[in-house]
Amino acid sequence: MPVSAYIAGFLFQDGLASGALYTLLALAITLVFALTRVILIPQGEFVSFAALTYALLIEHKTPGTIYILLLLVAVMLAVEGARGLWRGEARAALAGALRAAVLPLLAAALTYGASKVALPAIVYAVIAIIMVAAMGPLLYRLVYQPIARASVLVLLIVSVALHLVLVELGLFVFGPDGARTEPLVAWKLTIGGVPIAAQSLVIYAVSAVVVAALYVLSERTLYGKALRAAAINPTGARLMGVSSAMAGSTAFLLAAIIGAISGVLASSVTMIYYDTGFLLGLKGFVAAIMGGLASYPLAAVGALSLGVMESFAAFFASAFKEAIVFSLIIPILFWRSLATFRMEDEE
Amino acid sequence: MSVRRILPFIAVAAIALAPFVLSEYALTILTYIGLSSIVALSLVLLTGKGGLSSFGQAAYVGIGAYISAWFTLRAGLSPWQTLPLIVAVVVVGAWFGAQITVRLSGHYLPLATIAFGVAMYFVFGGSNFIGGMTGLSDLPRLKIFGFELHTAGQSYVLVWAVLLAFMWGVANILNSRTGRAIRALRGGVLMAESMGVDTIKAKVQIFVIACVMAAITGWLYAHFQRFVSPAAFSLNQGIEYLFMAVIGGAASIWGAIVGAGLITSLKQVLQDYLPALIGKTGNFETVAFGIIIIVLFHVAPEGLVAAIQRRLGWTTRPQKLSASAAELTRRTGAANGELVFRATNASKAFGGVRANRDVSLDLHAGEILALIGPNGAGKSTFFNLATGVTAPDAGEFVFRGQPIKNLTPRGVAALGIGRTFQHVRLLPDMTVIENVAIGAHRRGRKGLFSALLRLDRGEEAQLLAEAKRQLERVGLGEHLWNEAGSLALGQQRILEIARALSLDPQVLLLDEPAAGLRFLEKQKLAELLRELRAQGIAILLVEHDMDFVMKLADRVVVMEFGAIIAEGTPREVQNNPRVLEAYLGGAE
Repeated sequence: MPVSAYIAGFLFQDGLASGALYTLLALAITLVFALTRVILIPQGEFVSFAALTYALLIEHKTPGTIYILLLLVAVMLAVEGARGLWRGEARAALAGALRAAVLPLLAAALTYGASKVALPAIVYAVIAIIMVAAMGPLLYRLVYQPIARASVLVLLIVSVALHLVLVELGLFVFGPDGARTEPLVAWKLTIGGVPIAAQSLVIYAVSAVVVAALYVLSERTLYGKALRAAAINPTGARLMGVSSAMAGSTAFLLAAIIGAISGVLASSVTMIYYDTGFLLGLKGFVAAIMGGLASYPLAAVGALSLGVMESFAAFFASAFKEAIVFSLIIPILFWRSLATFRMEDEE
Repeated sequence: MSVRRILPFIAVAAIALAPFVLSEYALTILTYIGLSSIVALSLVLLTGKGGLSSFGQAAYVGIGAYISAWFTLRAGLSPWQTLPLIVAVVVVGAWFGAQITVRLSGHYLPLATIAFGVAMYFVFGGSNFIGGMTGLSDLPRLKIFGFELHTAGQSYVLVWAVLLAFMWGVANILNSRTGRAIRALRGGVLMAESMGVDTIKAKVQIFVIACVMAAITGWLYAHFQRFVSPAAFSLNQGIEYLFMAVIGGAASIWGAIVGAGLITSLKQVLQDYLPALIGKTGNFETVAFGIIIIVLFHVAPEGLVAAIQRRLGWTTRPQKLSASAAELTRRTGAANGELVFRATNASKAFGGVRANRDVSLDLHAGEILALIGPNGAGKSTFFNLATGVTAPDAGEFVFRGQPIKNLTPRGVAALGIGRTFQHVRLLPDMTVIENVAIGAHRRGRKGLFSALLRLDRGEEAQLLAEAKRQLERVGLGEHLWNEAGSLALGQQRILEIARALSLDPQVLLLDEPAAGLRFLEKQKLAELLRELRAQGIAILLVEHDMDFVMKLADRVVVMEFGAIIAEGTPREVQNNPRVLEAYLGGAE
């Protein structure tokens, strides 16, 4: 099938927009891995949950994410209370758990209130992001913190289990129907004869801002340096007063925020179902792996090229689009295996 | 003890009796449990023993099922004719896949298998010639000697017979020279390679075996269910198989059945009762599983079977060792005083740091040579160069007059240069004797197929006898069947020496063997090294403990800032002004 410059241009800009979303996810995944050694399979759930929360808020319905958040808070209180009781320090444990519960409860209340009043779409977007952001540290505290020293493999299996739990809870509260939202900006412009939706430009811009913010945070602030220190040498960092629990909590907060932002953006480009985030997240993984789960710039380059390749694959062989995208990981891994084969193993 | 011995027989008897007493429905569920158990068993081998995790086994089940479905429906083959085809396709495919994936470190492999699982699901679903998302139906039933398997009970018998056969085969493989190489993978690639194990080969072997087991499960599944569709081979199914293996305890063969049985029956129960309980439909069993897995890893990360065994105090039972096993052939030893190992002008720079500059030393048979120096002097760098861990920038290493061409850990081990590690590297949950037998890997030859069919028993007895001999030589003869992790640190260091001795070495390179040892342990270690010296072995010792070194070594080489600054007898070195300066600081 011959491709005109027009179609190629369209596919390219479309792919670039998906690529920008994958970039965000790849960065979040890389960040979490660097700080906690957790391979965050549930990253995709942040995307779906935020998108569906946003869509439901716009329709003035109560988003089911509130129930999931409340459930997580309740389980966290119960587990930490029970653990405290077991160790004979119930009061201190419960106090700590209650402190951790304050912000999520506020987020739930805010979201519930917002669903009852008419607000501009952008405010709903921010509230949806806050809502999902509250889940990040909570999940870390409940699921990962008690086994923070386990091997990467154990953490990965736990991640997969958590993904299953969240995705099915998502099905339970959102139902099987998808949702799509109006773009935040509706106008179109034409560059070189190719129409470009302003929404794509918003996606490029937001992604660029998030990438820049992450860079500044990790390279230019004392806080970012402390986090990196905790990632490289947890014991040494702890001696300097940086706790790995704090680093893990922060990583999950950032990952949830980034996932939620990409969810809100993605909901205007494509239909989002309760499980769509997983596939988007996996593409973030493919990109993150290109960067060796360590390099942010390489991951970004990988994500952008993945988006463009996917866009062309969808055009030429739509039935095999996903198969092609995920098979790409094989040559990438082969290339990485040549680059990183070492005799000394990390674990 | 007695309960434990008869437990497998009770299990097999119960499996054999089931078709006579259970309902058709129960047998159907048991058949599914059997099918899942085979895949879980493949993961016990791959993940539990070999440390390679795969979420993609469901895709290989699917490949087996679809090949048989298409060829029986469209090409008119019988299921028995498709079986060799499946095995051939999967062996070739998995071999190529393994070439890429097994070289990846740690977590890349599971991620790759997740991507592979997703990709294969879309390949199955997107290919119209195999029915797309709806799949293929009306597959023929299996026939055995012209007798068609109609009832669930008949399928049950076949599936469980296959499962038990696989369990027997996997147990045989694990309990052999090849099996020790596979289990050594979890101790780290460096340890295994330094003992002469080809780790890439071991990984490829288990990867291919596991994939073939999964594909054969797919073949059984296709002709039992008589219907194939992509949903049964999705990533979620692959995840479930891995969960089965880890819930049961990925380190135990029976754990595969326990895990598959628990998950399959739990799923059945939850599917029946949970929706009624919650009053809404949904996949609540999946939520329950996820939570169970998370909780399990919080409380019993080693899996149920291992946790129960630990609670009951079950440890590995001593095996009977053949007293009549012939001794393994030994290398012709070097004459006392012969130059066995020589490094000439070895140099290595890391960036701007010249960690080794023209380091040259000689080592003779029946001599203890100590390499000492302050921290950062380059001792460890030299040790890594000499053992093939790091490639030198320049310099030559010669073993008994021949330059060492294959300067890798495995190549060095092949020559008969044994080593120990600064931080003990052994397999804590494996017995002492098996740990030591890894050292004798290259002195055996029997491979995978001999092990599978138990044709390796003669050689196996020789290898274990050799390990026992070395353990008795170093004074650990009473601990043969203890778990290596239960030994004290000093004993673990001695175990590493016994493992190195199993190589039948001419040269021993010991990396800080006295570190962390108590006074009496050090004395025993010194005594052992003197004995080995008297038996003609050349020993190079990198050590910090001056007292230990000066009493033991024949000659001492002192390094500072990457270069040798002094060499001589302990007394000469102790009085050398440059050495005093290096250790105590300059006088000015």
